[in-house]
Amino acid sequence: MLVHKYIIKRILLSIVIFFFVMLIIYALMRCLPTSYIENVARAKSQQPGSKSYEEWMAQLTAMYNMDKGILAGFFYWLGDFFRGNFGDSWYYTVPVIEEFHDTIWLSFVMGLITMFFEIIIAIPLGIIAATKQYSRTDYTISVVALAGISLPTFFFASLLKLLFSVKLGWFDLFGLVGRNYNQLSAWGQFLDKANHLFLPCLTLVVISIGSLMRYTRTNMLEVLNADYIRTARAKGLSERKVIYHHAFRNTLIPLVTIVGGSLPGLFSGALITETLFSIPGIGYASYHAMVSGDIPFSMFYLAFLAILTLLGNLISDILYAVVDPRVRIA
Amino acid sequence: MSENETKNTSPENEEVQYSLNDDRRVKVLSPGAMVAKRFFRNRIAVVGLSILAFMFLFSFLGGIITPYTEDEQFYRSEYLNKEYAGVVQNVDFRFVSAEGQDLGSVLQAQVVLATQRGNDSFTYRDVDYQVIEEGTDFYRVTLADGTTLGIAYKDIVNSSVEGAKISYDFYYNALLAYTNESGSFSADGKEFTIDENGVVSDGSNEVAFISRYVVQPIMSDVFLSRDFQEMLIVCLEDGQDTFTYTDENGETAEYSISYRPDVKNWSVRQQTETRIYDTYAAPSAKHWLGTDRNGMDMMTRLMYGGRVSLIIGFIVEIISTVLGIIMGGLAGYFGHWVDNLIMRIVDIFYCIPSMPIIIILGAAMDAMSVDPQIRMLYLMLILGFLGWPGMARLIRGQILSLREQEFMTATEACGISVSRRIFKHLVPNVIPQIIVSVSMGIGGTILTEATLSFLGLGVKFPFASWGNIINDVNNTFVLTTYWFIWIPAGLLLLLTVLAFNLVGDGLRDAFDPKMKR
Repeated sequence: MLVHKYIIKRILLSIVIFFFVMLIIYALMRCLPTSYIENVARAKSQQPGSKSYEEWMAQLTAMYNMDKGILAGFFYWLGDFFRGNFGDSWYYTVPVIEEFHDTIWLSFVMGLITMFFEIIIAIPLGIIAATKQYSRTDYTISVVALAGISLPTFFFASLLKLLFSVKLGWFDLFGLVGRNYNQLSAWGQFLDKANHLFLPCLTLVVISIGSLMRYTRTNMLEVLNADYIRTARAKGLSERKVIYHHAFRNTLIPLVTIVGGSLPGLFSGALITETLFSIPGIGYASYHAMVSGDIPFSMFYLAFLAILTLLGNLISDILYAVVDPRVRIA
Repeated sequence: MSENETKNTSPENEEVQYSLNDDRRVKVLSPGAMVAKRFFRNRIAVVGLSILAFMFLFSFLGGIITPYTEDEQFYRSEYLNKEYAGVVQNVDFRFVSAEGQDLGSVLQAQVVLATQRGNDSFTYRDVDYQVIEEGTDFYRVTLADGTTLGIAYKDIVNSSVEGAKISYDFYYNALLAYTNESGSFSADGKEFTIDENGVVSDGSNEVAFISRYVVQPIMSDVFLSRDFQEMLIVCLEDGQDTFTYTDENGETAEYSISYRPDVKNWSVRQQTETRIYDTYAAPSAKHWLGTDRNGMDMMTRLMYGGRVSLIIGFIVEIISTVLGIIMGGLAGYFGHWVDNLIMRIVDIFYCIPSMPIIIILGAAMDAMSVDPQIRMLYLMLILGFLGWPGMARLIRGQILSLREQEFMTATEACGISVSRRIFKHLVPNVIPQIIVSVSMGIGGTILTEATLSFLGLGVKFPFASWGNIINDVNNTFVLTTYWFIWIPAGLLLLLTVLAFNLVGDGLRDAFDPKMKR
């Protein structure tokens, strides 16, 4: 069948793209001046009870195949990566996969909560804005959506902290758990974590809501201008039925593809927001790894992100092909 | 009505009557004018445009008008109360041994006992000692044979000359004269006079003074002058809390005295004026938005920060647009393998996680301590280079559809060169989309730059950027206490990005001929 062929073609293409993306990233990492690695080695060797500087240098260069050429080193890295050998994180001093496992689920939960609220808020508002085009409601929704897109995450998070944590004292400023977390019952611990996740999730929802809202509005407008809607209206159907039965179902095509495509993104973590609130998710972990020059963890995280992006594109392409048969020919 | 008619006859408003088929009857607007008309009818977009105009004036003109420079630091003077001296009133006997003799501590204790009991002699270990009262609270200790062992006294002789030693002979004679109020004495072969305040002089200069108060400086490098000590003691006896004293160098300082009953001494604090950076000053007439953590004027920093943010936004967008036009134009025009190749490159760039890459590069530049100015340049190049694929995709899509239209066949028939065909005939038709995309892209770039600067990985001190101004909220104390440090910068940032988006949105609608209004 055609769909199969199409999917296989897309997967093969994704693999090729992944190869080149990682090649570029690897080359970039290699092009960072060697003094950078020396700095790391020097810092490492000065920690109490650590190995000597020369030993660290030797280990680092061998570990990252720095003694080989860029291309050869890249193939070594790729081989290790596909064999599931991701190395040890310098910053966390545990295997990369272990740190990844410790942090990823928290980010996933945050992503899931955010996405749920994003969908149930943004899509209805987008549809309302489109059905009442050029009305006051439409302008308000559009401006609010744009404001959400324009909000700097760090500024919004700081405002929330000032209002809710400092003035009202409802939430803690940082962290995932409160001070007396260990004394709480299981239910209390759950509530404590939920309390600490409220502000980060609120930040993420407000920041991300705008683009989905605008996307919904644009697509809904396009559908509302289509001939079959005019036909439906001409048949004398109620406006309610036209919009929620005929139009909405057709808007779902692009919506399903974009939401489906963003599913892998649930795992990517929120780099900035997690860092701002000190939530120990994958974004926070990788931020600290990256700024402290932890190459193994950074390489792993970048590869992970690249795979997620490719997977997202793949899912949305496939969904598009499944939902809309016209696309398959391409 | 009649008024209107008279108005219409005025020369400038006169409507000339044209024939029905005259072209001049029809008002013709150029496409540009049409777009402008549609744009200005959109109120939200006009709001956006005015915000942008304000931001440009604020950043570029404001920097010129403001009386301060970007990194001018301000000072304020602060009064520091430093512990300066300690004063003890001497209530115990002190002892000085005569030359060649030793008045040990056991004997000292015996002397104190003897004086308390009013005895003039005591026996210790079968040796008899005489305690001769020479004056008020002043005793001489001798052996039975009259050999002087030392003296016991409560009034203390202080040298007025810095570093000078006082001999036993001088000590004895000075105290003898002081306690008996005899006015003069001779010691070490010299004549001295002594006044009722206890000032000892050798005829011309003051050499020492006698007082029951012991004044000691807290810091070892300070020498307390006689004048100062005298003044201090006068104040002590009068029960004054504060006094001012001008030393021989003409420096005036205020001193405060407080008595500490637990250790029975007075501590003297000097109030000194220190100039420190005027950090986190509250908004005032001099600094409209206060000062930041380095004591720099916040308003001025915001103006220069706006310059940096806007310039970076524009340059990055120019870089990525030029790259995008070239790549997208080539891909769209040539199609086939060129298109395939370029689009796969675009796919690859799309897949590179840009934020982490920029963070890593920023951290690497930190490690290499790159000069802030060069760093800004790198930042623009990196952001620009990571941003072109979106533009390339947009242009390629447009050109693919334009390529098949008749006017392109015409250019081919006319034999116009390929580069002219792409960049003179195809690309201008894509300009509306480019303008919209650039307008929104600048907003996005400013946001990215601000985020990086906020994380400390973008624009660095001493250069200001709205992002690195807000960076201060990482300090929780600033977050909670000093709103003027971060809220204005955040609002400017939000408004600017919002304005770019609003203008972009308005332009998109204005360029769209299908727009209803």
